[in-house]
Amino acid sequence: MTTVRMRPIMTRVAAKTGEPAQETAVDYAIEARSLRAYYGENLALKDVTLPMRRNYVTAIIGPSGCGKSTLVRCLNRMHELVPGARIEGKVLFGGADINAAGVDPVELRSRIGMVFQKPNPFPKSIYANVAFGLKINGHKGNMAEAVERSLRQAALWDEVKDRLNSPALSLSGGQQQRLCIARAIAIEPEVVLMDEPCSALDPIATMAIEDLIRRLKERYSIVIVTHNMQQAARVSDETAFLMVDQDRAGYLVEFDATERIFTNPSHEQTEAYITGRFS
Amino acid sequence: MKPSPPALSASRQTAFTRRWTSWAFAGVALLATAFGVAALILLLFVVMRDGIGGLSWDFLTSFPSRKPELAGAKAAIMGTLWVMSFTALFSIPIGVGAAIYLEEFAPKSWFTRLIEMNISTLAGVPSVVYGLLGLAVFVFGMNLGPSIIAAAATLTLLILPIIIVAAREGLRSVPYSMREAAMALGATRWQAVWHQVLPAGMPAVLTGVILAMGRAIGETAPLIAIGAFTSVFFTPTSPTDSFTVLPIQIFSWISRPLRGFQENASAGIVVLLIVLLLLNSVAVALRHVYARRRRW
Repeated sequence: MTTVRMRPIMTRVAAKTGEPAQETAVDYAIEARSLRAYYGENLALKDVTLPMRRNYVTAIIGPSGCGKSTLVRCLNRMHELVPGARIEGKVLFGGADINAAGVDPVELRSRIGMVFQKPNPFPKSIYANVAFGLKINGHKGNMAEAVERSLRQAALWDEVKDRLNSPALSLSGGQQQRLCIARAIAIEPEVVLMDEPCSALDPIATMAIEDLIRRLKERYSIVIVTHNMQQAARVSDETAFLMVDQDRAGYLVEFDATERIFTNPSHEQTEAYITGRFS
Repeated sequence: MKPSPPALSASRQTAFTRRWTSWAFAGVALLATAFGVAALILLLFVVMRDGIGGLSWDFLTSFPSRKPELAGAKAAIMGTLWVMSFTALFSIPIGVGAAIYLEEFAPKSWFTRLIEMNISTLAGVPSVVYGLLGLAVFVFGMNLGPSIIAAAATLTLLILPIIIVAAREGLRSVPYSMREAAMALGATRWQAVWHQVLPAGMPAVLTGVILAMGRAIGETAPLIAIGAFTSVFFTPTSPTDSFTVLPIQIFSWISRPLRGFQENASAGIVVLLIVLLLLNSVAVALRHVYARRRRW
């Protein structure tokens, strides 16, 4: 098995946890292990173990309220920003526990990017949106080049190259979302988390984003939450299916190659969900 | 068998009553609005009628005098400018800073709620109470005397609660997704606030600040309480100078028996109103410009 080494993540942390990085197959970009997420006293996510491979698109599907968004928010420690929210279990990034003492969530988030459900560009220029992440992360080098590179990667450059200084909010919804993707990949994260990135977009804009996702996986590992099963089938390599139990806690039903999930799932629940026989 | 149609006459009756009630209510509401507008127009009319005659370049550039036709508001205008500048200098950083802390950083605890409740209460404390506080703390306690700086500090205390409340509302008007977007890029809480939330909320914050300044510019009681002069024959040259401000000058003219001084008072009111109007239109313009630029 060829393994691709990641940039060493926070070596002091890896040393502290006593888990050498090699042991936890470096093939995985990010791994949830027996992850439980709480909002106050409410358990939102129950014992999810989900290894997400490098340069794969991993889709997370499931009905509303099954904890899909909560799950991805645990992966870059955005979950803890909600007052009263906490987790149990582990999330490993390059083999190191991201919740270990000494890990700086700010640094972590600069290496695990995120794209949100609703396009949320800053009310500034297109250029300033992409440059912001670079600026706060102390980018050295040519800012304009970095901005252009990111916009090209996000397949937005040709549409905006003549108006980089116009307000980002003057773009269409689909363009705004691609701008948000450009903004996220400008700082060259290793993983890009996408939380229902197309749910606010029309079908054509959705297609553009899906094309983009397929191309981006060459450089990044992508985790995409979607309530659109066709989308999961179209863009992802592996799919995790989450369900919600009677206590309204989400749990992982099945995780497998996307093709298998959609053609020959092992669980009855999965089959019922993907075929639409689902209450 | 077809169902019988509803009893039309009865429903018409209720429809008529309901419509009439609706009209009547709209009428009462209109009357209430008209009352406010009429009072404002009457006030402006009376002030303009009495004051516009006394308004001249000489009025703006002369010091007070025993003779009403020679008296001017120069010292008061300059005093107001000095005091307001220092009030802005003190109150904006402190007020906006407190708002940022309370809105963005403070943990949601009983202590924070206690502070918030106190701020709302302070916004309603009569201004003369702040004057007495200023007299005790700034004039005597810190030995500043009845100076511009003591006045600015007193007015700062007076408008801080207003600025804090308005600035918090401005920050709250920025969607949470802006903070998330910034932090997901590896921004610290502070970077998210400084680079994104504060600029996005700035128009609302500034509007609040300007309205609070408008409140401060018309305050008389607290400045009389700290011992501001009524007739000043020089323009201040340093923040430790004594001073007078427009509302006090107006007040002193009104209390004089000579009819000419009444005219001076009206002219002073016109000047004060124009300054206030300018401040408010800046606030409106700011809000308008930014409201068009952003939409989320």
